[in-house]
Amino acid sequence: MEASKTLTIEKEQRHPMDELLRMDRIPHIWCPGCGIGAAVSAFAAALEKLEFDLDKVCVVSGIGCTGRVAGYIKLDSFHTTHGRAIPFATGIKLGNPDLKVVVFSGDGDLVSIGGNHFIHAARRNIDMVVICVNNFIYAMTGGQVAPTTPIPAYTTTSPFGNFEPPSNIPRLAEAAGAVYVARWTALHLRRLTESIVEAFQRPGFSVVEVISPCSMYYSRINKLGEGIDMLRFYHDNAIIRHGEPTENLDIDYQKQIIIGRFVDRERPTFMDSYRKWLSGAESISKEKVDEKN
Amino acid sequence: MKENQKGVLEGKYKLSGNQACAEGAISAGCRFLGYHPITPSFEIVERYAQRCGDVDGVLIQMEDEISVLAAVLGASWTGRKAITVTSGPGLSLMLEHVGLGVMLETPCVIVDVQRGGPSEGLPNSPGSGDVMQARWGSHGDYELIALSPNSPQDMFDLTIEAFNFSEKYRTPVLIMADEAVGHMTDEVVISPPELVERKYYRGPKEKYLPYKWDKDLIPPMVDIGQGYKFHVTGLTHDERGYPVMDEYCQEWNVHRLIDKIRLYSDEIVRIEEEETEDADVVVVSYGISSQDAQNAVKRAREDGIKAGSLRLVTIWPFPEKQVTELARKVKTLIVAEMNYGQIFYEVERCSRGSANTVLISRQPSQVHHHEDILEAIKKV
Repeated sequence: MEASKTLTIEKEQRHPMDELLRMDRIPHIWCPGCGIGAAVSAFAAALEKLEFDLDKVCVVSGIGCTGRVAGYIKLDSFHTTHGRAIPFATGIKLGNPDLKVVVFSGDGDLVSIGGNHFIHAARRNIDMVVICVNNFIYAMTGGQVAPTTPIPAYTTTSPFGNFEPPSNIPRLAEAAGAVYVARWTALHLRRLTESIVEAFQRPGFSVVEVISPCSMYYSRINKLGEGIDMLRFYHDNAIIRHGEPTENLDIDYQKQIIIGRFVDRERPTFMDSYRKWLSGAESISKEKVDEKN
Repeated sequence: MKENQKGVLEGKYKLSGNQACAEGAISAGCRFLGYHPITPSFEIVERYAQRCGDVDGVLIQMEDEISVLAAVLGASWTGRKAITVTSGPGLSLMLEHVGLGVMLETPCVIVDVQRGGPSEGLPNSPGSGDVMQARWGSHGDYELIALSPNSPQDMFDLTIEAFNFSEKYRTPVLIMADEAVGHMTDEVVISPPELVERKYYRGPKEKYLPYKWDKDLIPPMVDIGQGYKFHVTGLTHDERGYPVMDEYCQEWNVHRLIDKIRLYSDEIVRIEEEETEDADVVVVSYGISSQDAQNAVKRAREDGIKAGSLRLVTIWPFPEKQVTELARKVKTLIVAEMNYGQIFYEVERCSRGSANTVLISRQPSQVHHHEDILEAIKKV
């Protein structure tokens, strides 16, 4: 009786996410005020809702702050090379189509060095969920300008303000062929969770962008306060507009951020088309090999 | 693996080296080919594409060679044997993931049908200018295995051997072929191969440590999706696969990665010696050059010259011991290769001053003519 009571208490004290995290690796490396942890929480909550067989879910990350996600999630997980999480995950998905494959990485990793892979995986419609944490900066390497840095934000490598037009990730994803595209901020956890659930449910290439504070570099260099101040900014300036044309989704410096679910469509996945091709392919059976002597 | 042999050929076939390579992969149980089109390796993909339906293989044309090898590594972790085929410019792009393959200890095979370089070079001519790139091209310290076929039959046999090595030592294995061997057509005997299968972990799931190695220095593997919930990283890691950023772990990690190949080099290295017993001069060669070298040696013997031939079937790890021993016995080692001297420097190093070393280099526009080698033999 006494023992079972203790057990109950221990169970109650456990955090619901413990099962999904590598608790032996906590504390994590993310800075106070960073939004990546929130994105991981939403991801864990989504997996819980989906009731997937967690043995069959695999997370692949590239390099960078968000690239470290794979290392904290207690699933089969791969921390690969910079920008190459998507092609690595493509090999996994094609090698074993029964797996649910998730790519969890940052904006620099997925849109800059991995931009080409992002485009082509979307074009092929490889069945995977891409969660892209966008903090407008290369944080792990020391706050350099990113392909997503708004004009004219300061970074350590744009000391007079960034002048390069930033990428619009939802627009890129839609144009390349993604079947599901959404954007939320690290503040909109419930909606973000719902979007990740939906992204899993859609067969094909789904992209969920998560706008996240980088309290160590982006907000510090630009004097935007701490992580909590960035979240307050999202609260005041993020506008939910489902179905907004993705061309309107550019993010200007400290102006409104349009969030929501923008693309939700159906296209045959790579594996569907591949199987069709393979079943129709003229096979060279032993008898048919004409080169045989 | 019986069910995996569905659709595998048996018998004698007229095949080009490239086609033989594709058949070798299929016979070895390879069921994933990732590629990006490049001359002169493409017939491997063509053949594999035709045969895909017979063997339930997966074939994907990726957007570039960087992503190709990433996909191959990913596929390998699902338990599929995986291959990619390329040529010099493609190998240059793949090197990033050669390093990742070494670090994650992922079995895979990379076929480099070499052409003339540097840069785009001569796409339709043979070369062997990538052999040092294969050895040292990826950053950091590592060892890998590279084999050099010299005929279509060899393309078939060495492809199977490459898969066996990659599974046994958990490492990327390169097949350093060349355009001449790739496009040469000959009779190829396809017989059921002896296959080395992956060493899997069989203990309790919660106790699995991805890099806890056995006595043979090779850690057993698991596939994705079996419930082990493992993590691996390209960063320096401990036996749990978790990143650890210190020198001790770096040494623990990298030293074994090197040792697991170096200490087995006696098992891995294969050479072919001809007439070296009483030879004064021995031609060291590999790939297509070795056919000419062997012809030249025959001609020299007819002329009464005590010549011999040493063909390197394994290039990496370098047959150091064999070359050193040979250098002690002979006066001169002639290295015949299709570049301006790459393996030559290895031979020179390993001969340790015991024998003279001469380089016969020929650029890709032409395969070594055995006359050149014969002339060199006569000269020394």
